[in-house]
Amino acid sequence: MTNKKDKSLLDKTGLEKTDVNRTLGEMLRSQGVSRRSFLKYCAATASMMAMSPAMIPKIAHALESARRPSVIWLSFQECTGCTESLTRAHTATIESLIFDAISLDYHHTLQAAAGHAAEEAREAAMKENFGKYLLVVDGSIPMDNPGYSTIAGISNYDMLMETAKGAAAIIAVGTCATYGGLPHANPNPTGAVSVGDLIKDKPIINVPGCPPIPVVITGVLTHFLTFGTIPELDHIGRPKVFYGQSIHDRCYRRPFYDKGLFAETFDDEGAKKGWCLYKLGCKGPTTYNACATTKWNDGTGWPIEAGHPCLGCSEPDFWDGGGFYKSISMPTENITQTAIYTAAAAAAAGVVLGTMNKSKKNSAVAAHNKTSIDDLEK
Amino acid sequence: MSEIEFLNWVRGQGFQIAVIIFIAGVIIRLAEILLLGRKANLAEAKGSEMSSGLRTIITRSVPDKSTFQRSTFTVVAGYIFHIGLFVTIFLFAPHILMFKDVIGFGWPSLPTPVVDALAVVTIIALLAVLTHRMRDTVLKFLTTKEDILVWMLTILPLITGYMAFHRIGMTAPTLLAIHILSVELLLVIFPFTKLMHAFTFVLSRWYNGAISGYRGVES
Repeated sequence: MTNKKDKSLLDKTGLEKTDVNRTLGEMLRSQGVSRRSFLKYCAATASMMAMSPAMIPKIAHALESARRPSVIWLSFQECTGCTESLTRAHTATIESLIFDAISLDYHHTLQAAAGHAAEEAREAAMKENFGKYLLVVDGSIPMDNPGYSTIAGISNYDMLMETAKGAAAIIAVGTCATYGGLPHANPNPTGAVSVGDLIKDKPIINVPGCPPIPVVITGVLTHFLTFGTIPELDHIGRPKVFYGQSIHDRCYRRPFYDKGLFAETFDDEGAKKGWCLYKLGCKGPTTYNACATTKWNDGTGWPIEAGHPCLGCSEPDFWDGGGFYKSISMPTENITQTAIYTAAAAAAAGVVLGTMNKSKKNSAVAAHNKTSIDDLEK
Repeated sequence: MSEIEFLNWVRGQGFQIAVIIFIAGVIIRLAEILLLGRKANLAEAKGSEMSSGLRTIITRSVPDKSTFQRSTFTVVAGYIFHIGLFVTIFLFAPHILMFKDVIGFGWPSLPTPVVDALAVVTIIALLAVLTHRMRDTVLKFLTTKEDILVWMLTILPLITGYMAFHRIGMTAPTLLAIHILSVELLLVIFPFTKLMHAFTFVLSRWYNGAISGYRGVES
C-alpha cells in the first residue's frame, strides 16, 4: 500500500524541529505510533468515510506531510461534555494522538494560560494563521443578553464573529453549537442560537451529538487535512459519511421492531431478551448518527446496546420532543386534558344549539297558518 | 422551521388543534341530531322500537342477497378497506401507544408485518373503489367534490404512513411529521363531511329498525 516516498517522510522523525514546523507524520512517529497502526487508522478512516481502498495511501501521505494546522477552540454556553468526549478516551488512541497533533492554540479547558495571556494566545494564532486556521466551536451563543456568557469581558457573539473572520472553516461540535442544544430548549431563556444561525459566509461542518462521537470529529479533521475541503454535508450541515443513516436503520435490535416485539418496561421479559426499545421512547427512527456502527468507549457499546432508548441527541430540538421516555408516536402535549375540556364545552354548545334549533322549529310550527277553503275563495 | 421542530409541532400543538376541532365538531353535530326529536307517533305501537332498532344496527352490516348480487364489487371492496382501516388505525403498535397516552389504556397489537401487508391491501382497495366510481356512469354523475376530498384525505394517511414506516423518499422525521399532519387533516374535516357516518350510521340504522319495530314488521 505504501510507496517509498511515504516511508521516507515518516522515517524523518525530525525531533530537532519545533512543534509548529513538524508535520503530523513526524509528530505521530515521535509519539511512538508505528507505521502499521498509522496505516490501519488510515484504512479505517477510508472505509468509515466510504472511500475506495485506493485512497488509503493518499490519506496516509496527506496526513504525514500536513503541517500541524492551527486550531482555535471556542467554548460558549456548553457543559464541556464535548471536550470530555474527545479527550477522555480510556487509552491513548490514534484518534486522540491526531487530536494532540493539531496545534490547539486556544482552548479554555485544555490550555495552561489564563486571563489576558489566554486571549493573547488566541489573537496571536489568529494573526499568524489568518485565513488558514480551523475554528472549532462548542456551545450555543446567547443573543438575549450578552451578559449571560462572556469570556474575558468579551461577549460570546463578539468573540465568535471576530474569530470566524480569519477561519478557513468552522467545525461546530456538539448539539449546542450546531442547533442550540440544551440552552435553546423551550423556553430558551438566553435566546440561544447556533453557529450556523449567525455565520453564513464560511463553510460550517456540523458535528452534532450530546456529546458527539470522538471518531467523528477526528474523521472530519482527517478529511480536512487530506483533501483541504469539507466533507459532503446533509441538509442540516452534517457530514453524510457519519450522519447518512438513521440509528433505526442500523440498529441491531431492528429485527425485533419489524416483528413487533417490544420491551414494555425496563425490566420485563422483552427488555431481558433485548427486544426493541421503541415503546420506551427510543428516538432511533428519527435520529441520524453513527452510534450504531462506530459505537462508544472504544467500540464496547452504545446506549441501545446498554438497554437504554436513543435520546435523539444529534437532532435539532431533541429536548423538546415531549420527554425522553415518550415514544415518537405519542403526542407531546397533554391531549387527554384538551379532549376532556373540549368535550365538555362542545356538549354545552351542542345542547344550546339543539335547544335553539328546537325553539326555532316550534315557533315555525306556531306561526304556521292553516289555509281554509274560504281563504282560497277570497 | 427544522424538520424536528415540524415533527414536534404536529405531535404537540398541531395535534391539539386537530383534536379540538374533531371532538367539538362530532359532539355538536351529534347533539344537534339527537335534540332534533321526533314527531309523536299517534298510531298504536305493534312492537318494540328499541329491540328492533338495536338489532338493525348489527343486521345492516350483512348485505342482503340481492344487494350483494347487484353490487358485489362495492360490497367486497368496501369491506376490505373498512377492515383495513380499522386494523391499520387501531391494531398497529405505535398507534396503540398514542391511544394509550390519550385515553389511559391500550390493547394488544397485531404483528407489524401483518399490519404492513393490510395497509397495502387497503390502499389498493381504495384505489379500486375510486376507479370503479369514475368508470361507472351513474356513480360518476353522483360524485361530488366532497367525495373526492374525503377519498383523498382517507388514502393520504395510509400512503404517508406506509412511506414513513418504510422510510421512502425523504428523511425519517419529515416522513413521520407528514404522516401525522395528514391524519390531523383527516380529523379536521371529519365532522363536516360524510366521514361522520362512522358515528351517525348507528343512529340512522337504529331509526330504520325502530320504525319497523313500531309497526311490528321485520326491518
